[in-house]
Amino acid sequence: MCLAIPGKVVETFDQQGMRMAKVQFGGIVREACLEYVPETQVGDYVLVHVGFAISRVDEEEAQRTYQLLEELDQLTELKAPVVDEIGDGRRKP
Amino acid sequence: MKYLDEYRDGRLAGKIVEEIHRIQTKPWVIMEVCGGQTHSIVKHGIDYLLPREIELVHGPGCPVCVTPLEMIDKAHAIARRPDVIFCSFGDMLRVPGSDGDLFTIKSQGGDVRVVYSPLDCLKIAHAHPDKQVVFFAIGFETTAPANAMLVWRAQQEGVKNVSMLVSHVLVPPAIAAILQSPLNRVQGFLGPGHVCAVMGYREYEPLSAQFKVPIVITGFEPLDILQGILMTIRQLEAGRAEVENEYSRVLDREGNKPAQRLVFNVFEVADRKWRGVGTIPKSGYKLRWEFREHDAEKLFDVKEIDTLESEVCISGQILSGIKKPHDCPAFGAECNPQHPLGATMVSAEGACAAYYAYGRHLKRDKDDVKLTAISMGGPA
Repeated sequence: MCLAIPGKVVETFDQQGMRMAKVQFGGIVREACLEYVPETQVGDYVLVHVGFAISRVDEEEAQRTYQLLEELDQLTELKAPVVDEIGDGRRKP
Repeated sequence: MKYLDEYRDGRLAGKIVEEIHRIQTKPWVIMEVCGGQTHSIVKHGIDYLLPREIELVHGPGCPVCVTPLEMIDKAHAIARRPDVIFCSFGDMLRVPGSDGDLFTIKSQGGDVRVVYSPLDCLKIAHAHPDKQVVFFAIGFETTAPANAMLVWRAQQEGVKNVSMLVSHVLVPPAIAAILQSPLNRVQGFLGPGHVCAVMGYREYEPLSAQFKVPIVITGFEPLDILQGILMTIRQLEAGRAEVENEYSRVLDREGNKPAQRLVFNVFEVADRKWRGVGTIPKSGYKLRWEFREHDAEKLFDVKEIDTLESEVCISGQILSGIKKPHDCPAFGAECNPQHPLGATMVSAEGACAAYYAYGRHLKRDKDDVKLTAISMGGPA
């Protein structure tokens, strides 16, 4: 669980003053916090660990690392459920 | 067992292996620190490509493995409470405590949830103001910035019903503990790439100088690991002991400064117990006093729980590089991933679990596998 997974930043947005991104990992898109790599732009590749980008990498590095993590079966964290509750048992539409 | 042509660049891998064979004149024991590296070494059979006199031993760098049983039992005691939503990374759910695992607690009605990011706990806390949301904050330096942000944001946003059960550990004090042991065999280290992406590698320099050991910060691709081993052996053969960076395409000496700043704002260094090893001074983090309202150990009066570890298990010696999985009589027999007896079998990144996953419990000796590889046209 200590490995970071590379993905492509496809969108950035603000969440209560925190810089966030949607990051594409293969066929899965998950949110990641960009506070630790604030210079990141859409189209960049970042190493993401438990929902936080910790470093920027180039595309070739990203693709190679992703493939290796897939072979090592180290992508399970991406499959954790998405939290979409907004209170009173309601969910985001 | 994988062969050279299955590596990203088989020719380059072959050249590195050749160079290792060419320059090596003495036996050396090298430890890879990170569980991801262990996994990669065992999966790709990297140890089988090396000269017979180069031994790879597997370090303590799997956070799930080294989380002490007492802490797991504490987590379970909290998770059983009806007023708690207990959140954790998925890896911790199957780790057995003295009485079942988090899956068992969930099946008995406990509200146990797997989260992708620690920040998910904030969303859950907003949605359930009547519950205390407790996050099991385990990990090495790589995970610390993410966990620190949860508590930082909770305090900034005034979210009272979020807390953390902290069991954070640090790599450099573990390396120091291994080197200080009278039984130590390790002569060089492959340092953990992603840990250093956050922390940089400045703090490894005094270690390398004090104990006169090469430390090569290394990635976890097979080519990275081979290159890291070559760089370590070069230093050992030349009598040098320096910190070198094999993984410069991802990290530099300084690491990620914004991440370090937040980690130091939220956490302070504390003694930590490591499963299988015991207490290592100043080897982990605890929450700073300013964040005590978010400290689950302070919020829930969980008493120290007496735990009983297996008497057969030698995981402490495996994590310290003194022994290997095959030295344990229980390995692959009474101890296996379904029924782990100790630290190195409880998570897929542990050395024993990695050996088991790639069938090494079936082959007792290196030569056995090597002969198979040669007969199939692999490297000698």
